[in-house]
Amino acid sequence: MKHSAFFWFTLPSAIAMLLFIFFPIVSVVVQSLYVAHEQVIVEVENCGPFGCTTATAIDQEATAALREEQPLGRFAGLEIYTDRNHLAVDEFGQLWAQSTGVGDFIGRLMNLPFYKAIGFTLTYTFIVTPLTIILGFIIAVAVNSAARALRGPMIFFSLLPMIVTPLVGSLILFWMVDARGILGTALRALADDPSLSVKADTGLMWIMLMVYGVWHSAPFAFIVYYAGLQTVNTDTLEAARIDGASRWQQIRHVVIPHLLPLTTFIALIQLMDNFRVFEPIVSFNASAHATSLSWAIYNDLGGETQQLSSAAATSVLTILGVAILLSPVLIRTWRDYGKTA
Amino acid sequence: MKLKKILMTGSFLVAASASTAFAADCSIESGRLSIVGNEFPAIQTVARNAQECEGLTEAKANLTADHQKINLAGMQGNPAEYTTAIVANSSIVALINEDVIRPLDDLVAAYGQDIPRNQLITINGEIMAVAFMANAQHLVYRKDILEQIGVEPPKTYEEMLAAAEKIRAEGILEHPLGGPYMAGWNLAQEFINMYIGHGGEFYEPGTATVSINNEAGVATLEMLKALSEYMNPDFLTHDSNGTSAEWEAGNVALMNMWGSRTGVLMDAEGSTPEVYENTMVGAPMTVGGNDTPASTLWWDGWTVAKNISDEDAEATFKAMKHGISPAILNDETMGQAVWMIEGYQPAAVNEGVFSAISMQTTPYPMLPHHGLLHTALGDNIADFLQGKESAEQTLSDIEAAYTTAAREKGFIN
Repeated sequence: MKHSAFFWFTLPSAIAMLLFIFFPIVSVVVQSLYVAHEQVIVEVENCGPFGCTTATAIDQEATAALREEQPLGRFAGLEIYTDRNHLAVDEFGQLWAQSTGVGDFIGRLMNLPFYKAIGFTLTYTFIVTPLTIILGFIIAVAVNSAARALRGPMIFFSLLPMIVTPLVGSLILFWMVDARGILGTALRALADDPSLSVKADTGLMWIMLMVYGVWHSAPFAFIVYYAGLQTVNTDTLEAARIDGASRWQQIRHVVIPHLLPLTTFIALIQLMDNFRVFEPIVSFNASAHATSLSWAIYNDLGGETQQLSSAAATSVLTILGVAILLSPVLIRTWRDYGKTA
Repeated sequence: MKLKKILMTGSFLVAASASTAFAADCSIESGRLSIVGNEFPAIQTVARNAQECEGLTEAKANLTADHQKINLAGMQGNPAEYTTAIVANSSIVALINEDVIRPLDDLVAAYGQDIPRNQLITINGEIMAVAFMANAQHLVYRKDILEQIGVEPPKTYEEMLAAAEKIRAEGILEHPLGGPYMAGWNLAQEFINMYIGHGGEFYEPGTATVSINNEAGVATLEMLKALSEYMNPDFLTHDSNGTSAEWEAGNVALMNMWGSRTGVLMDAEGSTPEVYENTMVGAPMTVGGNDTPASTLWWDGWTVAKNISDEDAEATFKAMKHGISPAILNDETMGQAVWMIEGYQPAAVNEGVFSAISMQTTPYPMLPHHGLLHTALGDNIADFLQGKESAEQTLSDIEAAYTTAAREKGFIN
């Protein structure tokens, strides 16, 4: 392709990426390096239906002048990244010095908001991603070997969890596992423990969030694998069968190697998605038991006083986390395909 | 609950479209009215009546439980999308901090001389909002169950615990207590109530430096935990709606609940006669032998945006004034709230809020940095209630989280 043709061909998407991906990220990074101006506080008297009280308020004129001077706020460098609500560098060191062992250290570390969030986020990512891939593969193989007339309805039902809006899907599960819901009551009967409640127990809540995660994203893995299964070379399969390969051997030695590039693709997408786990925590009201990086950003922005810089710093840390997480898969892909290109 | 909300919104829309026929004369020549506010019956009434005014070039309302997440952004533009925000004494602070609402002194002088003085919210001598209703959390109890165990409605939290123990011991209810204890804003609000009840001060006098890691703080957390042991084990996921549903299902006998939500518990919808006929309200409770109720007083009122033309501001002021005029009170709207409007006649359902006012309950603190403490409280208290750490550790976590956030926002160095 000529250079000029290539340029014009990619220009629209390059502009779109600059405008909607690159610049917003730059603005988030800049925001995370600045903190609000020192507040000019004045003592005021507030009066209302319940009488008068002495309180404080922000001096608006003085603040307006400060804003005029430095529209971005005070430059803070990496201060927000290292503070207690994020990487907590000082507290990290203190805990390390005080702890009696690695277990004790990790236990204390989980008391810091960022590490608590990343603890759940990573556990979720590394448990849900493989389970999604395995379950998606099993469904795909099962649907693919079903009678042709049944495949249409089976595909439709298998895709339902993905079609249902995440919030609605998780609310349905939330009500079902309620102490008075159908699953909650069944669990109590099974465990023979009348005080058992999924929503009151951190461990069970984590399991429920992960079950939801697998339930919600398995259809994605399924549909990708199902498409891949249509392209498996039937000659190879037939040859394997003539050689006396069992059904499991056919899958192990013909189907799985053929679908490996798809697995890389699904793993990439799922790692990214699961690292940003958010909706189930909100709709399960699970924040007392589990928090994630995305939830921390939402929490910073949703309070009565918005903490923009704090949210921006967590966003940048999330982007870095995704980059670190994906790097092994990306390097592998580059090795496999980049060299031959 | 949800279905009811949808129906209510539906009837609200019907009423709004039908209302053009009864357009009211508010002496508005032209101008825009765009309301943002919370969503409960009393506010819907105010918004509907304000929109009825003749002469408005545009009249719309966006009422949602998420109003706090959108009102600031919607008022920062120039001209602002919303010409008025309906706020409470906590949420007005965020709007004042960012300087997006205008002082109303001129407008009150010109067009609002008849608004009673006690409805005017002044900050540093300037009128910033006009209040129209009062709210507070107070006791709600089941008369039949208390009679069954032969106990008077509790006046203190200690009596509430004793009653709960008795109800459980007699096998009437396994989890007799309720309350909006959902981790986050709700749970933080319960802490603030109980801490005020214990006579605690949130900050070192005259500064934004937090100081809650003290005896009152520990006593507060321990009382919250003692109460939670008599609640449905899922209590950390129950907000006001969830708690109301538990109440209507007949699973709860005693709780501390918002006055603005008791009407729903006492009406014939969504419950059995056994529950709603026996639902009674009482005064807010005290704790630890103190006289100050462990509750906070709230007002709801309206503001006018700064970044709009004077014409729009005048129209908005006149329309909102009509929205809270005595003309809006009728059989349907009378019981929706503790109105501060002339001609309001209290019903039994409103007694709790009136007791809160007469007992001189502390108003929710209106401080520019208090929202940050509220968030820090909501993020950390659940750890203690689940038995993961000591009260002192939780309090020091809250102080550290608040201090970090307050430093970032420039409130402390």
